[in-house]
Amino acid sequence: MGSGTSTQHHFAFQNAEKAFKAAALIQRWYRRYMARLEMRRHCTWSIFQSIEYAGQQDQVKLHNFFSYLVDHFTPSSHNEKDFLTRMFTEQRSPQGSEMENCGDCESIEVPDSYTGPRLSFPLLPDHATALVEAFRQKQRLHARYVLNLLHEARKHLVQLPNINRVSTCYSEEITVCGDLHGQLDDLIFIFYKNGLPSPERAYVFNGDFVDRGKDSVEILMILFAFMLVYPKEFHLNRGNHEDHMVNLRYGFTKEVMHKYKIHGKKILKLLQDVFCWLPLATVVDEKVLILHGGVSDRTDLELLAKLDRHKIVSTMRYKTRKNKKQAEEKGKANQMGSAERPSPWFLPQSRSLPSSPLRPSTHKAPRAGRSSSVPCGVPLDPKELSRRVRHSVDLELERCRQQAGFPAIKEKEEHSTSESDVDSDAEEQPEPTPEEWRQVVDILWSDPMAQEGCRANTVRGGGCYFGPNVTERLLQKYNLQLLIRSHECKPEGYEFCHGRKVLTIFSASNYYEVGSNRGAYVKLGPDLTPHIMQFQANKATHTLTMRQRISRVEESALRALREKLFAHSSDILAEFKKRDKDETGLITLSDWAAAVESVLHLGLPWRMLRPQLVSSLTDSKLAYKSWLENLAKEKLSQQNIQSSLLETLYRNRSNLETIFRIIDSDHSGSISLDEFRHTWKLFSSHMNIDITDDCICDLARSIDFNKDGHIDINEFLEAFRLVEQSCSGGDVSDCPQVTASSNSVHTKASSVPVTQGASEAMPSSLLECLPYSP
Amino acid sequence: MADDRDRDGTELAVAEFHRKIKEAFEVFDHESNSTVDVEEEEPTGYIRFEKFLPVMTEVLLERRYRPIPEDILLRAFEVLDPAKRGFLTKDELIKYMTEEGEPFSQEEMEEMLSAAIDPESNSINYKDYITMMVIDEN
Repeated sequence: MGSGTSTQHHFAFQNAEKAFKAAALIQRWYRRYMARLEMRRHCTWSIFQSIEYAGQQDQVKLHNFFSYLVDHFTPSSHNEKDFLTRMFTEQRSPQGSEMENCGDCESIEVPDSYTGPRLSFPLLPDHATALVEAFRQKQRLHARYVLNLLHEARKHLVQLPNINRVSTCYSEEITVCGDLHGQLDDLIFIFYKNGLPSPERAYVFNGDFVDRGKDSVEILMILFAFMLVYPKEFHLNRGNHEDHMVNLRYGFTKEVMHKYKIHGKKILKLLQDVFCWLPLATVVDEKVLILHGGVSDRTDLELLAKLDRHKIVSTMRYKTRKNKKQAEEKGKANQMGSAERPSPWFLPQSRSLPSSPLRPSTHKAPRAGRSSSVPCGVPLDPKELSRRVRHSVDLELERCRQQAGFPAIKEKEEHSTSESDVDSDAEEQPEPTPEEWRQVVDILWSDPMAQEGCRANTVRGGGCYFGPNVTERLLQKYNLQLLIRSHECKPEGYEFCHGRKVLTIFSASNYYEVGSNRGAYVKLGPDLTPHIMQFQANKATHTLTMRQRISRVEESALRALREKLFAHSSDILAEFKKRDKDETGLITLSDWAAAVESVLHLGLPWRMLRPQLVSSLTDSKLAYKSWLENLAKEKLSQQNIQSSLLETLYRNRSNLETIFRIIDSDHSGSISLDEFRHTWKLFSSHMNIDITDDCICDLARSIDFNKDGHIDINEFLEAFRLVEQSCSGGDVSDCPQVTASSNSVHTKASSVPVTQGASEAMPSSLLECLPYSP
Repeated sequence: MADDRDRDGTELAVAEFHRKIKEAFEVFDHESNSTVDVEEEEPTGYIRFEKFLPVMTEVLLERRYRPIPEDILLRAFEVLDPAKRGFLTKDELIKYMTEEGEPFSQEEMEEMLSAAIDPESNSINYKDYITMMVIDEN
């Protein structure tokens, strides 16, 4: 019937409309939720990256400091001289017969009880495959075979040119892999998924095989083994981490010494040499350029092909002692007035000083302590700038000397006389020229950027940022079509930029944390079209939803951030107090964000992160003292280290460890209190770290846990490891559900007792510098 | 007058909004050049901060993107589940989300399914689902 049908239709229509609206509402809600999730992911990524790069900057500053000392510090006493010589002289292995044949390693006996893989040379493909299998089963290669393999690898590498030229006509396809950083699981996964290397399956590994991950040794062994077995098809490029200086800080040195207690030193020494012999780049079919970092507007492939790559021992430090005069002449000719000075080596000549991409542009001059007195934001005549810097560093150094108790020296005229006797470079090879060194640094450290141009990479402290026009010019100049590089972690394991002319490929999945990113590798066929394959070498992450993955990574980032906050508690408290003139004990969230940023300079979106960092508010204000105290409570320590010292330790942890390892040049694992004190004093004043003499002594004494007058490096690191273990989430296999308590302080069950308050004989001077009562 | 107080309050709110917006913007502004890439609006594919700020300020002031309350969300699901079973089957969810409203892309659908669907029953208990998502956001 008429009315019946129309009512039916009416209802039907209404229902359809309701369904439509309901669906639309649900979709809207869901999309907003995903948008917020994306925001959290970006924030988390920012946290990790900014902390990572801040660490790299620290590294550069540290080495600038040491370099500067090496160049300008003239020891006046025999003790000083010994100390410095031992510490700072690059102990390059002499090119004698000792290194050529492996007489040394033949003498190392392998006990019958050894059940690990045994190698014989020349290596056969089966050996290499067996090695992969053995490592997959967590076996360890005996030191003798490690040394054997490294010797053979070195012999092979020496014959290679700086720039390897490979062709796809022999093997049908080439697979290019990026950073592995000691993550053996990823390498094994790649071989499993893509196939083992063979004459038909060529591979290029683009640097950064070591550091950070725990199996750097095993990765190197596998890579070198395949390189020896398939020399025409298996290629390695050097990365910025194939560098003994960088290894001191980022874990490879530690790993070697831990796994090879007796022969570790020998292995490290040989590795230092092997790294220098790694080729710098690979070119496929004359069309695709593969190198680790990037390029600059000065990149000169012909120069790179011709230079003696073995001279570039470390990109961290440009030594100048021997050829300083020559370098200066050359330097002037090349208009690189400041290039030979370690301190401001990355200072631009014709480039403008950029603001760091990680910081908002409102931040102009960084704090004095961070910039080594380099003024920013003002383009100056480069010579004038370098002169100013040199002058202020001179003053600083003089002050350091006085503070450290070394007698004052005359001017630099002493250099020419003292150089010869302090210098053990006499046996060394000639230095690279500033231009050569800079070319290599550029290709190992640079990053692409979206804007046109070429600017100094102040975030990393090395290399530059290069824009699309730089890429374009370079590709045209050398008739290339694609640049493949690594060096930067990407959430998807890869990223195209510059109109798909630059491909970043990164093969270490879960780099920051389980679930943080995928790894990827790229295959090139004869048509040279890149095919990307992604992976994530952790079964657990597959069962997690994006939500859970992001939460997990987020937790890790926040933990790292809280540690940083703790490490700067005193400064942060001071900033809070400044904003609380009435001493109410409370500050607004706005002030909180401003205060924290002014101390940490990480350029993070603090307001976004606030809910994860600050749990409770009173009238939308924060009681800052108890907030800081909560941060401190997380940092449990088994040793009775007083809290402000603990803060200092945390703040400088990486630097301290690196300093230790530099001082401990014979890798014995311990340094004397004196050595530590000297160096720490110099370093602190150089970095404008305000610390009294007493504090230094106490710091040294507190690190000397067993009170034997020596600091055991591993003991020192133990203190942090225990804390990390008690805070970390433990096994990956338990996929955590997201709980509502993510705001609360992490108090996981820990076996480490909380110690607050005074340690035994705490000097009164320290009592006064306690920021808050225990 | 209430107006004056309102105005002051608004000014403060605007200032605070500005700071928040700037911060949020910078999270996505990777090159720190005051642009984020976006797929609509400008043909260049980027949006500049100067344009973004006033638009967002207005949006926030007018409270246009307020969070959707739980009970409303629940009712929306109930509209799609007239039999009041308390759940939707996987196929039903897919149908509604990809055919009605502003349809999901396949990627969006897959992502939602991965978290929402109980693999044993192959359905989504929407009440539990809502609760879970809301807690996650705390």
